[in-house]
Amino acid sequence: MEMLANLSLGFSVALSPFTLALAVAGCFLGTIIGALPGLGPSNGVAILIPLTFTMGLDATSALVLMTAVYYGAMYGGRISSILLNIPGDEPALMTTLDGYPMAKQGRAGDALVLSGVASFVGAFLATIGLMLLAPMLARVAYLFGPAEYFALYLLAFCTLGGMASNNQAKAALASCIGLGIAMIGVDSSSGLPRLTGGNLHLYDGIDFLVAIVGLFAIAEVFFFIESHGKGSSIGVKLDKVRIPWKDIMATKWTMLRASFVGFIAGILPGAGASLGSFLAYMSEKSIAGEKGGFGTGVAKGVAAPEAGNNSAAGGALVPMLTLGVPGSGTTAVLLALLMTLNITPGPTLFTERPEVVWGLIASLLIANVVLLLMNVPMVKIFVKILMVPAWVLLPGVTMISFVGIYSLSGSYFDLLLMVGFGVLGYILRKLEIPTVPVILGILLGGNMEDALRRAMVLSDGDAMFLFSTPIAIGLWIAAIAGFVAPMFLRGVLKKPQAVTD
Amino acid sequence: MASDRIFGLVTLFVALGYIASATQIQTSFLTDPVGPKAFPMLIGAVAALCSLVMIVKPDPDPDWPMLRTWGALAIAVIVLIIYAYALKPLGFVIPTVFAAGILSYQISPRMVPAALSGAGLSIGLFLLFKYALGLSLVGFPKGWF
Repeated sequence: MEMLANLSLGFSVALSPFTLALAVAGCFLGTIIGALPGLGPSNGVAILIPLTFTMGLDATSALVLMTAVYYGAMYGGRISSILLNIPGDEPALMTTLDGYPMAKQGRAGDALVLSGVASFVGAFLATIGLMLLAPMLARVAYLFGPAEYFALYLLAFCTLGGMASNNQAKAALASCIGLGIAMIGVDSSSGLPRLTGGNLHLYDGIDFLVAIVGLFAIAEVFFFIESHGKGSSIGVKLDKVRIPWKDIMATKWTMLRASFVGFIAGILPGAGASLGSFLAYMSEKSIAGEKGGFGTGVAKGVAAPEAGNNSAAGGALVPMLTLGVPGSGTTAVLLALLMTLNITPGPTLFTERPEVVWGLIASLLIANVVLLLMNVPMVKIFVKILMVPAWVLLPGVTMISFVGIYSLSGSYFDLLLMVGFGVLGYILRKLEIPTVPVILGILLGGNMEDALRRAMVLSDGDAMFLFSTPIAIGLWIAAIAGFVAPMFLRGVLKKPQAVTD
Repeated sequence: MASDRIFGLVTLFVALGYIASATQIQTSFLTDPVGPKAFPMLIGAVAALCSLVMIVKPDPDPDWPMLRTWGALAIAVIVLIIYAYALKPLGFVIPTVFAAGILSYQISPRMVPAALSGAGLSIGLFLLFKYALGLSLVGFPKGWF
């Protein structure tokens, strides 16, 4: 019953009128961010981090607000997938496969409500799973020494690289770019500057928020300039929204199975929500067989990826909170948020700052209920917001990014860096080099090097120390398998193509 | 094919340069067995290896934009750079009108809506940041009000 006591502690933190208001505001904002094409959970949360930081909210309030935005954006992503056939971010791609055909059959309202319920089920079950699993993993994490942590970081880069790209070399290069950037600045153990080229602005290192906002938000503006904002008009009609009880009942087992699959995928460090929605959709497709009609707009095809995607988002919080290793791009951004708030994730977080962990979990539960209540009756309002034209939206996003980053340090140098990262992000994405490993590298590079150096101090320079415990060996094997296996599985795990008109 | 090769070549040189500058890192007398040089050099080596793989085994070319779109992108980058320098001396409102307006024009080339969205975003965001969110944002050049 320790869990219930912890949970009541969490609710006592998260249920004050002020934090509750923040949660509602965050959910609303998050759904809008997720729904707008070109803004997804990662760049939405990234833009808002510096703003919440300068607004002077305390750690718990900021955390409640941002997790509400995070879950909201996960919910909102389905709106543009279903109505515009544009996935807000990668995990939402699978929702377009059946959501858009369903909307074209005149059942847009049904698809939206059904996917909202599926999102709720997935996210709710994942939060329960998080409550059960995270404290256990936190206890295991106490056994982790520097050698294990080094192997764990490696595992995160390998699995993320293996999943995120079709080309291992490109994924590994992306990780190296991130790690290389993380090395810039004053070395923590010797106190001497490294790789700064004598530039004083670089002595503090490159702030990961600058890189995240540049790579995600500014790069997006360049993509919209390239496409001239085409393809963002609603092609399907949305009539009266009713609750499709029949579909919800018919898909209840699908939702449960998809939530389970998604949660497992989310826990794997580096795998994340894209894998969760993919596996959930594919497993339901094979269970339904040829007669299931997946891809033609069936209810199960909408429910499965949404439940899987939201459940993976919750599952990804398990390694992020207990080990400090994020499971996806969005959790990487959340890790950035925690680091900005001076909260270090890891096993000690559960014992030293239980109010943060359980406050976060309670606010996830609250956000989830708020989102369900908000998304079913108010879905028409969010659809209206989709009509904001790209030529207003994207300049607005750019200006908000500039103000956010400028408010961090008040230096033009960070803004220039941000524009540079935007250009880099455009080129990388054009060449199909994933950008999430870059972020992960910048976030984790310092920790990874520290782990290696502490391990070598402990062993007095003996490299075999890195493989000295069963946990470390297991992580190394998983890392190598996670990097190599996708090369052979690529034929089997082929992603279905998006539906075209 | 060519794009991957060119990018691979560029990153190869960057990686080699990175390794070269990592060898120049000062070490203090209080050093651990690994020291501050080894990890950056390792990263550089892995990056160089990946670049070589990209040069030897390139993927098919992406659809690069047309020359005119490159022009639009270049203008956007230049505008953003000028905006970054202008934000401090000129305040938020005036540079934002121009930057947002020009970006808007690059996305959808119509004069009047672009100008309106520039002005609207500038004033709207200023009011939002200054009064709703309470950020200490400087709106205008010093001495105007």
